[in-house]
Amino acid sequence: MEKRLMRWSSWVMLFLCFSLIVSCHSGSIQKDQGSMLIYGRGADAKSLDPSQVTDGESFRVTQMIFDTLVEYKDQNTEIQPCLAEKWESSPDGKEWIFYLRKNVKFHDGTPFNAEAVVFNFKRWMDREHPQHKGAIAFTYYPDMFAGFKGDPNHVIQSVTAIDEYTVKFVLNRPLGPFLANLAMPPFGIGSPTAIKKDPVQFGEKPVGTGPYKLREWKKNDMITVERNEDYWKKGFPKTDKIIFKSIPDNAARFTALKSGDIDLMDGMNPSDAIQVEKDPKLQLFKQQGMNVAYLAFNMRKKPLDHPQFRLAINHAVDKKRLISNFYANLAEPAVNPYPPFMLGYNDELKDHSFDLGKAKRLIEEAGLKGVKLKLYTPQDPRPYMPNGKKIAEFLKEDFKKIGVQVEIVTFEWKTYLDKVKSGEHDMALFGWNGDNGDPDNFLYVLLDKTNAREQNSSNIAFYTNEEVHQLLIKAQSTVDRTKREQLYRQAQAIIKKENPWVPLVHATVPIAGKASIRGFYPHPTGGYKLDQVEIIEK
Amino acid sequence: MGAYLLRRLLQLVPVLIGMTIVTFAVVHFIPGDPAQTIAGEKATPERVEEIRKELGLDQPLYRQYVQYMGNLLQGDLGDSLVTNRPIVEEVVPYLAATIELVVASMLIAVFWGVNLGIFSAWRHHSAWDFFAMIIALLGISIPVFWLGLMEQWLFAQTLDWLPSNGRMDPRIGMEPITHFYVVDTILYGDLEVLWDVLKHLILPAIALSTVPMAIIARITRSSMLEVMRADYVRTAKAKGLSEFTVIYKHTLKNAFIPILTVIGLQTGTLLGGAVLTETIFSWPGMGRYLYTAISERDYTVVQSGILIVATLFVLVNLLVDLLYTCLDPRIQYERK
Repeated sequence: MEKRLMRWSSWVMLFLCFSLIVSCHSGSIQKDQGSMLIYGRGADAKSLDPSQVTDGESFRVTQMIFDTLVEYKDQNTEIQPCLAEKWESSPDGKEWIFYLRKNVKFHDGTPFNAEAVVFNFKRWMDREHPQHKGAIAFTYYPDMFAGFKGDPNHVIQSVTAIDEYTVKFVLNRPLGPFLANLAMPPFGIGSPTAIKKDPVQFGEKPVGTGPYKLREWKKNDMITVERNEDYWKKGFPKTDKIIFKSIPDNAARFTALKSGDIDLMDGMNPSDAIQVEKDPKLQLFKQQGMNVAYLAFNMRKKPLDHPQFRLAINHAVDKKRLISNFYANLAEPAVNPYPPFMLGYNDELKDHSFDLGKAKRLIEEAGLKGVKLKLYTPQDPRPYMPNGKKIAEFLKEDFKKIGVQVEIVTFEWKTYLDKVKSGEHDMALFGWNGDNGDPDNFLYVLLDKTNAREQNSSNIAFYTNEEVHQLLIKAQSTVDRTKREQLYRQAQAIIKKENPWVPLVHATVPIAGKASIRGFYPHPTGGYKLDQVEIIEK
Repeated sequence: MGAYLLRRLLQLVPVLIGMTIVTFAVVHFIPGDPAQTIAGEKATPERVEEIRKELGLDQPLYRQYVQYMGNLLQGDLGDSLVTNRPIVEEVVPYLAATIELVVASMLIAVFWGVNLGIFSAWRHHSAWDFFAMIIALLGISIPVFWLGLMEQWLFAQTLDWLPSNGRMDPRIGMEPITHFYVVDTILYGDLEVLWDVLKHLILPAIALSTVPMAIIARITRSSMLEVMRADYVRTAKAKGLSEFTVIYKHTLKNAFIPILTVIGLQTGTLLGGAVLTETIFSWPGMGRYLYTAISERDYTVVQSGILIVATLFVLVNLLVDLLYTCLDPRIQYERK
């Protein structure tokens, strides 16, 4: 009897506790009405303060919340007005004046004006600024503008507000890709009120002027953004709400799309793209790849410093078969280090033909027959290289035929980066995703002599040509488009002659969505304007 | 009993300290570091070095360890190096998600595993026994990721009965109370959402339950076979008790000690080892949290996360040891 009483009283206690928790809790369950887009992707964002992150998954969301001064056009990397309606620069490219859009408000009601722009830039560039703090670290700013205020090469000398809607930038030296840099998602303008309140928390509670505002963030699961009713672009966004859902496994994400749990997805296995094209309920979007996959020769080592050897290997790579076997034909063969749609692409250069006989002859003439080399390749899939290991095996077969023995060495991504960037490899499979659509972002980063370093080298061919260096520096500090175009064409011609790499492919990025999706333009930078997207159910 | 418990809890301390040393050493000796993750692949070496300094990674290892342990002893699990948020806060939803999933799959595993084992022992050497053990063998050998993908293909994509991933329909916005969604929806009193949460739980719980189910079935079978030969079982049968009573009341109770041990071990293993299931069903749990932390070299998260999982593992097994006394009054931990 006593036992039963005990049991009953404990149940009653439990019930009381529950009711207490419920009554204390002000939360609620809401079932959403209105239009909605669910975007499936491989990982969650790290922080929603765009100045603090470097990963595409974070930018995918911050681009919905923040606007930049200028932006890329819908389908290419040309620049168009955004928060700045127009701009002008002095002939030497050292002074820039931006005229800002009026009547724009941040999500918290703070007016957008010249002061806000100046505040954001000062926060990014000045180590002494009281809000030069954040959830993680300022990374893109020093990368794109050569350090912080006070550093020897820092680009921006000053940012000042001339009047309420005019901002003036004075640069220490002209910067060719200046506008292209400003269009990059890390330079989204945030609300000074919110940042001053708590610059660290700003990464959790971002406030911008963009088409959407943050509603909820369930870590490692999903981020929900909802319509900004006061958005300055009238008639946008088209959809009330966007949910960014992380589904880490590619196959599972594709199943979720096919079963209707999500509307749009990136990070597809190229082989799934064929299925999408056949399925009437789905559609395939092809994002022009602003990327390059390449095989780099470590030119500090023998015999890779031998020009004839590098030429021979260039003749021994069958790019056509590579593309059909490993990219499901979603790629184009690369001739130069950057893709054809970008500024100053040299289309007069012809690629080395696939000719094993010629390659073999070149190797024999150079007396290098039977040479043994290590070919490094990443284990993890990259957007520009879905299966590095398979590609390495494929190359190995053909290299064997010309008398070059290859041992394949592979590591997990982070370890791989560490090894390759310190030059452990003889040859390495690698690639690059462009940031701002400017050739400088490819050629200078990947092939300039200043970036061939002992540690953490981004030029993993360790290619150090003085002439190329001079051309690139000149192009970097020129604002004139035609001049820059010529300089880059010349640089590509020299690179093509010296072959520090075998440029392999520019991979097209497949994105799949429901057939009912309209207004989605996959941008070559990988930044999508989802405010134009709507789902039209028939 | 109290003294025993205290002794066991004190024994936990050296185990966990050893654990921190091992994880600390392992994560610091693999190449790459969090400064690189934070700075991004495109950063200059100077910038990476600067961030390394900000994070205190330029300090000698022993000093980093001493500092970490110092904080730990004050109950501070540290901040994530990559997101800069306190781990104590970050970990709650992940831990809840994993525990919910593990409890659900262990319920399935115990129910099917025990019954399959009993059935198999009861019909010893028959075709049924053979069949049941084949199922158990399959349970152990089917790769979880494959089973998960097949479940998704069949039940989500083809039949459209169940959702393919996640913990709840993303269209529903729920402010979590306990972060156990089943509990939360009950607390909110919303049966419709509770049903939705349960539907999301079914496929991952089944996928995760196959291995423990199979192990439990095999242990149950062998343990039952042993006890079934005991004299008292024959006596019970001779008394004319129904077969059901003999098996479930008299035999199972005595055969249950090894089964309980296995249940404890399996529960502990699943708590940290559900990473495949969590990945395929995009279940935001501990396994994925740790996996991401490892690939980003987020040292503090890896160390503290593994510490939490290890503590849970030990506690679950302690609980099992205590349950022995309930099952078998002959087992006593007090010294007389």
